[in-house]
Amino acid sequence: MNSTCRSCPKTALNQNFNIKLKSYDEFIIALAGNPNVGKSTVFNALTGLKQHTGNWPGKTVSNARGNYRYKDKRFTLVDLPGTYSLLANSVEEQVARDFICFGKPDATIVVADATCLERNLNIVLQIMELTDKVVLCINLMDEAKRKGILVDIEKLKRKLGIPVVATIARKGEGLDNLMDKTYNIALGLETTSPKQVQYPKVIEDKIDKISKQLQNTLKDKLNTRWVALRLMEGDTTILESIGMFVLDKKDTYIEREGTCIYGYQ
Amino acid sequence: MDISKNRDEYNITELLKNTLDREKNEQLKDLIVSSIYAEAEEIATDVVVKGGSKKKDWDKKLDDILTSRYTGFPIMFLLLGVVFWITIIGSNLPSEMLSNLFFKIEDHLTIWFMSLNAPRWLYGILIPGIYRTLAWVVSVMLPPMAIFFPLFTFLEDLGYLPRVAFNLDRLFKKAGTHGKQSLTMSMGFGCNAAGIIACRIIESPRERLIAMLTNNFVPCNGRFPTLIALSTIFLGGLAAGQFINLTASLFVSILVIASIIVTLAISWLLSKTWLKGVPSSFTLELPPYRKPQFGRILYTSIIDRTIFVLGRAVAIAAPAGVIIWLLANINVSGDSILNHSAAFLQPFANLIGLDGFILMAFILGFPANEIVLPILIMSYMAEGAMLELNNIQAMKELFVANGWTWLTTLNFMLFTLFHFPCGTTLWTIKKESGSNKWTLFSAVMPTVVGVIILFTITQSVRLLGLV
Repeated sequence: MNSTCRSCPKTALNQNFNIKLKSYDEFIIALAGNPNVGKSTVFNALTGLKQHTGNWPGKTVSNARGNYRYKDKRFTLVDLPGTYSLLANSVEEQVARDFICFGKPDATIVVADATCLERNLNIVLQIMELTDKVVLCINLMDEAKRKGILVDIEKLKRKLGIPVVATIARKGEGLDNLMDKTYNIALGLETTSPKQVQYPKVIEDKIDKISKQLQNTLKDKLNTRWVALRLMEGDTTILESIGMFVLDKKDTYIEREGTCIYGYQ
Repeated sequence: MDISKNRDEYNITELLKNTLDREKNEQLKDLIVSSIYAEAEEIATDVVVKGGSKKKDWDKKLDDILTSRYTGFPIMFLLLGVVFWITIIGSNLPSEMLSNLFFKIEDHLTIWFMSLNAPRWLYGILIPGIYRTLAWVVSVMLPPMAIFFPLFTFLEDLGYLPRVAFNLDRLFKKAGTHGKQSLTMSMGFGCNAAGIIACRIIESPRERLIAMLTNNFVPCNGRFPTLIALSTIFLGGLAAGQFINLTASLFVSILVIASIIVTLAISWLLSKTWLKGVPSSFTLELPPYRKPQFGRILYTSIIDRTIFVLGRAVAIAAPAGVIIWLLANINVSGDSILNHSAAFLQPFANLIGLDGFILMAFILGFPANEIVLPILIMSYMAEGAMLELNNIQAMKELFVANGWTWLTTLNFMLFTLFHFPCGTTLWTIKKESGSNKWTLFSAVMPTVVGVIILFTITQSVRLLGLV
C-alpha cells in the first residue's frame, strides 16, 4: 500500500465497497429504489449476463454488480439493496446510504414504481439531499396505465430538477433513454439542480448552526447540510460511517488489494 | 502518517461527537421524516392523474376493514374459528372410516400371527407396539391435516396472512420487539423450526433472539392435530348435540389467541429484562390480493405439509412404539419400567394437574410433538386395559378410565402449547443462535412458563372445588 493510493478517490470503492474496476475511465453507477419496483429487471436489462454477485464487506447484505457499454464508455452498475428510505433503520438502508454518500458513484439511478409514486418519491428526495448526480427512472408505466394512473414526466422533471425517464423495463422500453441520461450525468454533460426539501424553521435554524460548525473541518468531503440533519436526529451510525469511510479508521474491511489503478485525477 | 493529519482526524471525530444529539431526538426525527413525506405527497398529487380505477379502491377498502384497529382482530378470530370448524366437521367421518379399516386389518394380522405360532414378544412389538401406533397416527392425524393445511395455504395464497402480520406488528412493537416477529411467529404456526430459521430476516441480534426464544409458544402443524382431537372429544362434549363442533373449534381458536398473548407477554418481559433495548422500525408492504391457484394449493399442502408431517410422525412413532412396548413389558422388581418412571413423576405431575404418564409422553415425545398423544395412548393401553381403539369416542373412554377430567384435558392442551421445543426446533435454535446458553434457555423457559400456568390453574380450580 503506497501513500499515493490514499489520495485517489476511486480507491475507496475498492477498499470499502469491494468493487474493483478494470480500467480507470470506467464509470460507477448506483442503482437504488424501493423493493418490488422492478429494480432487478432494470439491472438485468442493462447488464445482461455480465454480472457478478458478492457481499458488502463485513455485511450479510448481498451486492450485485454488472457492466454495460454505452457509446464509447464502460459503466459498472451497482445494485443497492431495495429500501424505503436512507435513514439507516436497517443494515440494508445503511449499506445503500453509505454507498451513495461515501462511495461517490458517478451517477445514481433511482428506480420508482409509477403505480405508487408518492411512496417512492420519499427515497428520491432523500437521495437528492445527498447527491446531485441523480437520474429518476419511473418504471412499471404499463401497469400504471392499466390501473388508470398517468404520470406527467415533464412536470415531474421540472419539479424535481433532475432528469426523469419513463420505462417499462420488462419490455426493454425506455432503457436507451435511461442510459443516455445516465451517460450525460456521469460525464458531467448535463447538470442538475435537485429540489431540496424545506424543513420547518426550527430544523432549518439548527441546520444552519450545525453546518457552520462543520463547514471548516468537513469542507468538501461531505454535504454538511445532510450531515447536520443526521446529527440532530441523533443517528449514531453516521459517526461510524464517517469514521470508517472518510477518516479511514476502518478496522472491519475484509480485503485491501493494494494495487492502485488510478493516478491523481 | 503525519501528526497534523492525525490531529485533523481527531478534531473531526470530536466535533461530530459533540454536535451529535446524544439523546435520540425522536420528535425532531419525526418532524424531518414528515417534512419529506409532505413534500413527496405534494409533488405526487401534482404530477399524477388518477383515472377512476375501481379495482384499486376495492383493494384499499378491503384492507381498511381487515387491518382496522377495531374490526381487524375480530375478523382474524372468526376466520380462524371457521378454519378449525371446517377441519373438525370434515375430518370426523374419514377418521372413523380409516380407523375401522386399520383395525380390521389388525384383526387379520393377529389371526395370521397366531396361525404362524409366532412368539408372544414378537407379536407384542409388531402389532400392539408398532402397527397400532401407526394406525392411530394415520387415522387421527391424516384427515384433519388434509383439510386444515389446504385451508391455511388458501388464506396464505389469497394474501390474508400479510394482513395478519400487519395487525400484529403494532402489538410486537409495543412489546419492545421487531414488527417482523409477527411474520416469523406466523411461520411458526407451520413449523417452529422453519419459524426460527425465518428469524434471520430480523437484523438486530437482540430482537432476533427474542423472536427465536418465543417462537415455540405458537402451536405448529405437529401440535394442531392434538389440540383439535382433544377439544373435539372433551370440550365439545360440554355443549349439546349440534354445537359440539362449533364449541370445539371456538376453543382451539381461543388456545391460538392464548399462545399469541403468551408470545407477546414473554417477548415484552425479555425486552424489559435480559434483552433490553428499543424496537427498530420497518416498513411492511401489503402485497395485492391474488386469485389463489387451487392446483398449487392442493399440491403444496398435501405433498409438502401433510405428507411431510405425517411421514415424520410415522418415522418417529414406529421406533417409539417399540420403546414404549419394551418399557411397559420389561419388569424390574415386580413392575414395568414405564410404571416406575410414571410413578416417579406422579407427585410433581399431580401438582400441575397432569399425571406421570402424560409427563412421560411429553418427554418421550421430544423428537416430535406429533407423537405425544399416540405415546400416551400406548402407555395407557399397555397398563392392561387393552381397549380396541376403533373410534375417537373410545379415546375419550380410555382417558376417562385413566382418571382424566376436563381439567386434565385443559392442562394437557396448555402444556402442548407451553413446553420445551421438539428436538428439531432445539437443534435449529442452537445452529441459528450459536449459543449453548440460549439453547438451554429456550428449552427451560417455555417449560417453566407452562408449569407456572398449569400450577396456577390447577391449584385455583382445586381450591374452588370445581373438580
